[in-house]
Amino acid sequence: MAQPERPLSPFMHYRWQYTNTLSILHRITGVVLAACFFLLVYWLAAAAAGPDSYSGALRCLGSLPTQLVLFGGLLAFCYHLLNGVRHLFFDFGHGFELTTARRSGRAVAIGAVILALVGWVALVRHLGGGV
Amino acid sequence: MSLRSPLGRVLGLGSARGGASHWYAQRVTAVALALLGLWFVVSLASLHGTSLEAVTTWLHSPVSSALAVLFVGVAAYHAYLGLQVVVEDYVSSKGRRLAVLVAIQFALVVAALVGVLSVLRIAFGVEA
Repeated sequence: MAQPERPLSPFMHYRWQYTNTLSILHRITGVVLAACFFLLVYWLAAAAAGPDSYSGALRCLGSLPTQLVLFGGLLAFCYHLLNGVRHLFFDFGHGFELTTARRSGRAVAIGAVILALVGWVALVRHLGGGV
Repeated sequence: MSLRSPLGRVLGLGSARGGASHWYAQRVTAVALALLGLWFVVSLASLHGTSLEAVTTWLHSPVSSALAVLFVGVAAYHAYLGLQVVVEDYVSSKGRRLAVLVAIQFALVVAALVGVLSVLRIAFGVEA
């Protein structure tokens, strides 16, 4: 049975450009940060509940898998922060030219990785291991 | 706050519901969170270690505890506004969408309350 030609949704046939990925990354990092919010509350609640639960929380937060999650959270934070500022410029009508949008996008992606690495080294150095 | 122009209102243009105020609230909380988030990360990095005493000393300062309460509250609100857009885009069934949104609301409100009360408990030095 021959299917008639149906119009496709834009996302199915637009040419991929890396700015598409930057845009969806803003959403993904936002969802990641919402999940990290619960980790933050867990840490605060443990601190409020006293020394025993706090040391338990530190053990959990200092374990390797959680440290990886926390580094991912920091990376997501840096990206969402920088790209959020980029989007605020868009909201005021600035930076829409293709070359500018591409250049600012690249700066945001590279800047987020550098900021996260520098921030992680600073946090681990200063706090001595577990964040 | 309404961002609709008088002409747009007369012609009946724009969102039929609260689109403009949602958009605006998302941006205002974004600006607040950019500042509060930076403050939070810098504060963490300048704690004297991860001990409970370091955290308690930090949150005993009224400025720190006030900013921490704001950070928790604004973060929860901004998270809800963002997650709401994501859910509305990807969950097409109306019933399921409502259920997911209410569940997210419940979870975020409870988490925000626990976070705020924890900060206040540490700030006021209530013994556990």
